[in-house]
Amino acid sequence: MARFGHRTLEKNSILMLVVTLIVVSIGGLVEIVPLYYLDSTVEKVRGMRPYTPLELVGRNIYIREGCYNCHSQMVRSLRDEVDRYGHYSLAAESMYDHPFQWGSKRTGPDLARVGGRYSDDWHREHLIRPKNVVPESIMPGYPFLQERPAELDAVEADLRANAALGVPYTEEMIANARADAAAQADPESDGAEAVMARYPKAQVRDFDGNPDMVSEMDAMIAYLQMLGTLVDFDAFRAEGEALR
Amino acid sequence: MRVAANCLWLGLFGAGGLYGLLMVQRAVDLGFLLHGILFLAFCLAAVALTVRLALSPPPARALPDDRPHYNDAIVRAGVIASTFWGLIGFAAGLWIALQLAFPALNFDLPWTNFGRLRPVHTSAVIFAFGGNVLIATSFHVVQRTCRTRLAGHVAPWFVFWGYQLFIVLAASGYVLGITQSKEYAEPEWYVDLWLTLVWVAYLLVFMATLARRREPHIYVANWFFLAFIVTVAMLHLVNNAALPVSFFGSKSYIAWAGVQDALTQWWYGHNAVGFFLTAGFLGIMYYFIPKQAERPVYSYRLSIVHFWALIFLYIWAGPHHLHYTALPDWAQTLGMTFSVMLWMPSWGGMINGLMTLSGAWDKLRTDPVLRMLVVSVAFYGMSTFEGPLMSIKAVNALSHYTDWTVGHVHSGALGWVGFVSFGALYVLAPVVWRRERLYSQRLVEWHFWISSIGIVLYITAMWVSGIMQGLMWRAYDSLGFLEYSFVETVEAMHPFYVIRALGGALFVAGALIMAYNLWRTTRGDIRESEPLAGSPAMAPAAA
Repeated sequence: MARFGHRTLEKNSILMLVVTLIVVSIGGLVEIVPLYYLDSTVEKVRGMRPYTPLELVGRNIYIREGCYNCHSQMVRSLRDEVDRYGHYSLAAESMYDHPFQWGSKRTGPDLARVGGRYSDDWHREHLIRPKNVVPESIMPGYPFLQERPAELDAVEADLRANAALGVPYTEEMIANARADAAAQADPESDGAEAVMARYPKAQVRDFDGNPDMVSEMDAMIAYLQMLGTLVDFDAFRAEGEALR
Repeated sequence: MRVAANCLWLGLFGAGGLYGLLMVQRAVDLGFLLHGILFLAFCLAAVALTVRLALSPPPARALPDDRPHYNDAIVRAGVIASTFWGLIGFAAGLWIALQLAFPALNFDLPWTNFGRLRPVHTSAVIFAFGGNVLIATSFHVVQRTCRTRLAGHVAPWFVFWGYQLFIVLAASGYVLGITQSKEYAEPEWYVDLWLTLVWVAYLLVFMATLARRREPHIYVANWFFLAFIVTVAMLHLVNNAALPVSFFGSKSYIAWAGVQDALTQWWYGHNAVGFFLTAGFLGIMYYFIPKQAERPVYSYRLSIVHFWALIFLYIWAGPHHLHYTALPDWAQTLGMTFSVMLWMPSWGGMINGLMTLSGAWDKLRTDPVLRMLVVSVAFYGMSTFEGPLMSIKAVNALSHYTDWTVGHVHSGALGWVGFVSFGALYVLAPVVWRRERLYSQRLVEWHFWISSIGIVLYITAMWVSGIMQGLMWRAYDSLGFLEYSFVETVEAMHPFYVIRALGGALFVAGALIMAYNLWRTTRGDIRESEPLAGSPAMAPAAA
C-alpha cells in the first residue's frame, strides 16, 4: 500500500471532487458565516423601517430597469464621498434590502442619499429626459414610466414574501398593502394618514403630478425620495455600542 | 440500462412539458408566459430528440481497431455555439459602449436602454460565449486525456441544449425586465433552477467520463475543469437562494439581505471570475498550449501547487469589491490579504503555461494560433498582477466605482478569456471536423492583430479615464470645496468612451474574421494561395 500522496487524488475522481469541494468551501465559511452572528455587523440605529408598499414597487422598477448598473447606493467612508453625498452608508440602512443595491459602478452619481435632494418635479423631468435638467447627462430617458400604471395588485404578495424572509412587515401592513400604495400617491385620500402612521417618515404626495393614476413614475419617485432619509443620524454614534 | 435511462429522460422531459403547460396557463406576468411557451417548446423538442436518439443504434465506445470512439459531434455543436454567442455578446458590448458615448442610441425605450442591455452583454460573453467554450473544450479534453468516449447518450445533448435554453431565457428575461439585479447572477429563480438541473447533468457526465478513463491518472486540465464545475455549482446555489413571490410569476426576493447579501454576491461575483473565467480556462491552457506547442507541461509540481493554491485562495477574495463600504473592516482586510496572496499562484500558473514553450519558442513566429494562446497567458499575467494591486484598499479607494475596473475586467476578458478561447476554437475546428488544417493561417494573423489593437485601445482608454475620473471625484480646490461636480466628470469621459467603442469594434471585427475562417474550415476549404506554417517561406532562418 503506497502512502497517501497527490497521486492518490489524481487516481480517484470522487476523492478529487470531495477534497476540491472542501478546499473551496473554507474561505466563504470563514468570511460570510460570522456576518450572520456577530452583533456588530449591523449597527443599532433609530429610524429604520421596511419600505412602504409604493416605495417597494418603485424599488422593483429600479431593479427592473437595471439602474444598479450605473448607480451605486453605498457612500464609502472617504472624505470626498462624505462631502459629496453625505454621511457614509451604514449596514443598517440596507438591512431590509432583498437584494442589496450597493452597486459596483458610478457611471452616474451615488444615490444612497438622493432622497430630498431634488424636487419631485425635478425627478419627473429628469426621468423623462435627463438632458432637460442636466444637459451633459448620458443617462437614458424613461418617459414610459409616467404612461404606465404601477402594478399595485400584486404588492400584498410582495410584502408577504419579504415578511417570510425576515422583513418586519406586520399582518396589518400586509393586509393594507394595496390601499397604502394607492394612498401614498394621493394626499387627499382617507388612507394617507394611515400610511404615515404605519410607516414613519413616509412621504405622501402626488409624486408625478398626475392625480388620475398611480403611475410607475409615482412609485419610482417615492422610492428615490426616501433613499437615505430614514436613519436618525443625530442619535447615531459611530464610536458607541454600534462601533464595528 | 439504456432503455431505463431513455425512459428516465422521457419522463423528465414529459414532466417538464407538463410544468411548461402550467407556466403558460397560470402565468401571472407576460415574461413568465413567454418563458413558459419557450420551455414547453423546448421540452417537446427534447422528447422528439430523445426518441430519435433512443431509436438509433447506440454508439460504440471503441472503434474496431480499439481506439476510443470519441463523441466529436457534441464538440462540433459547442464550437458553433461558442462562435455564435461570441459574436452576439461582443456586438452587444459594442452597442452598449456606443450608448455610453452617444446616449441617443438608448432610444429611451424599456427594451433598448443601457440598464437592461448591459446584463445581456455580460451574460452573453461570460455565460453564453465563455460557458459554451468551457463545455465544448471540457468535453473534448476529458475524452482525449481519459482516452474514452464521453459518458452518456442523451445526457451530453441535454447539457448542451439545456444550457442554450438557459441563455435564451436569461437574455430575453433581461430585455423584458426580468432580473434579480445581482451582477452576473441576474436570471430569476426559475431560470436558476433550470441551470441547476443542467449543471448537475454536466457534473455527472464529466465525472462518469473520468470514472471510465483508460489512463491511471487524471490529467491536470481535468482538475481545473472539475473545480470549475463543482465550485460554480456551490456559488450558484448559495448566491441565488430566493423566495418567489408566486410559483407562476417571474419575481422573487433574494433570501439574504443588505451587508450579508452584498458579501454573498461578491463571494459569488469574484469567483465567477475565479472559477468560471479562470479555473475553467486554465483547464483549456493546460491542454491546448502543450498540444499546439507539442511540448509537455513545463512543471508537474508547479501544476499541483498552482491548482490547490489557486482554488483555495480565490474564494477569499470577494470582499475586495466592498472596500470602505458598510462591510465590517475585518472582512475587508481579509479579502485584501488573500487577493494579494493570489498573485503568486496566478503567476505560477502563468509561468507554467509560458515555460511550456521551452524549446518551441520559434513556433511563435510561424504559428499564429499558438501565438494567440501564448499572448492570452501574457494577458492573464498582466490582469492577475493588476487585480491584486487594485484590491489594496488605498488603490481601491481611487479605482472603485470607476472605469478602471471595467478596463481591468476587459484586459482579462478580452485578452485572457477571449484569446485562449479563440486559440482553442482554432485548434478544435480542424480536429473535430476532421480537416487537414484551418482554412487560413493568414486570417488568424489578421484576427490576432486586429483584436490586439482593439484590446490595447480599450484598456488604455479605460485606464486613463478611470484614473482621471477617480482623481476628479476626490479633487478639492484651494478653499477646501470639491472641485468638480459629478456631471463634469461624466463630460470628461466622452472621448475615452469613443476610443473604447473603437477598440470594441476592432475586437468584433476580429471575431467576424474568425467566424468566417472557422466556417470555411468546417466546409473543408483550404486557402491555397498562402504558404503553410512551417513551409520554407515561413520557416525560421537556419541557426
